[in-house]
Amino acid sequence: MIRVTLPPHLRKLAHVDGEVLLTVSGEITQRTVLDALEARYPMLCGTVRDQTTHRRRAFVRFFACSQDLSHESPDAPLPNEIATGAEPFMIVGAIAGG
Amino acid sequence: MSSVRVLVGTRKGAFILTADAKRTDWKISGPHFAGWEIYHLKGSAVDPNRLYASQSSGWFGQIIQRSDDGGKTWHQPGTPEGESTRTPEGMPKAESNKFVYDTSSETGKPLTTHQWYDGTPHPWEFKRVWHLEPSLTDPDIVYAGVEDAALFRSSDGGRTWHELAGLRGHGSGPHWQPGAGGMCLHSIIVDPTNPGRIFIAISSAGAFRTEDGGKTWQPINRGLNSQYIPNPTAEVGHCVHHIAMHPARPGILFMQKHWDVMRSDDAGESWHEISGNLPTDFGFVIDVHAHEPNTVYVVPIKSDSEHFPLDGKLRVYRSRTGGNDWEPLTKGLPQNDCYVNVLRDAMAVDSLEQCGVYFGTTGGQVYASADAGDTWTAIVRDLPPVVSVEAQTVP
Repeated sequence: MIRVTLPPHLRKLAHVDGEVLLTVSGEITQRTVLDALEARYPMLCGTVRDQTTHRRRAFVRFFACSQDLSHESPDAPLPNEIATGAEPFMIVGAIAGG
Repeated sequence: MSSVRVLVGTRKGAFILTADAKRTDWKISGPHFAGWEIYHLKGSAVDPNRLYASQSSGWFGQIIQRSDDGGKTWHQPGTPEGESTRTPEGMPKAESNKFVYDTSSETGKPLTTHQWYDGTPHPWEFKRVWHLEPSLTDPDIVYAGVEDAALFRSSDGGRTWHELAGLRGHGSGPHWQPGAGGMCLHSIIVDPTNPGRIFIAISSAGAFRTEDGGKTWQPINRGLNSQYIPNPTAEVGHCVHHIAMHPARPGILFMQKHWDVMRSDDAGESWHEISGNLPTDFGFVIDVHAHEPNTVYVVPIKSDSEHFPLDGKLRVYRSRTGGNDWEPLTKGLPQNDCYVNVLRDAMAVDSLEQCGVYFGTTGGQVYASADAGDTWTAIVRDLPPVVSVEAQTVP
């Protein structure tokens, strides 16, 4: 299972607590993880990436294994620790405030 | 006995204020959608329990919410009719609503750019829904005014949205540019006697009218004079802040422009100034008494660079003559050290026999008058900054 963490607003919107567990088939990439996330929680469509272009929203970042993956290709394989479920794929809202 | 429901959108959630017809004891429900910006909520005139809300966030985008029970419960209206709105596991099923600009050659001229603040071409980018206007005859039909400026329509209760592309495509779209708050379509008025006629207004492009339900549009800005644009009497480019109409006189429009309070007696074909004796004619809101089509309300703001009341005194001004002669309404409003703003969609009237008037401030107060503005009380004082106020008279 792929572990995904969501920012609080999106957890509330999706009516979930804690991490989300997803079954992802095929190669584990940002695109396949987000496809699975949106299929499981359709109310999140458009909140992480644009509904038409599938580009990451400007104030949303992706982290995993202490790396910033926000600017990686959506089709690049994610670290093996994500694929094995050892580490979560973290969807984070950019920090606001001082 | 009738009651009143006041729908309040704020920077950090929605609030629903209810009272009986006396309008003295208020119940406050909320925050709904806590932490999200709620630009606007509005109820259907046909079914008062059908409410639509625009929930948005600079981080996570646009969500449309709908209530079918007067705001007690909400859902994203993407679930097919007849199906449960929740999965067997209890999850909401609806997807967020898509607002995709129409660039097909069949329905409108493809438009790719408007003007940016510096006059350079800028691509059209959807940001949020500013205003939701339910149809006057069908609770499932609702219009959405969005930023970057465009008009969308849903005929399935908010489940799917389609742009009325003739507005952006009528010719002047490439010359529109944003005001300080963004390039937003903020005012939508449907003519109750002619459903094909719709008025809209955009900051900072101006006012527009369709006679065929949104297929074709024309600018209606003749008579506007805006000294802050290169050609002060240009066909488009005026920063219209809000427009209002009394349903009994759909050809008469009132406008609060960036500066100037204006009136049209010919459905927008021409405008004339009615600022009269106002202490300043800058402002955002304008509204009309529910039963007196010549009674108009504004809240003068000091200037375009100082968005607060003149002299620290929060005053609503009322004209009973359709403009020019204005009287300050101050009883119950702070008359010293008040430096809040009242944003363009943050005033509303109810339709009880003694017309109620409501407005919200960026300081989080919602003021109510149960006597057409003679006296005011704060229903609530410490909400997040108020973006919009709508009033429903519930049978």
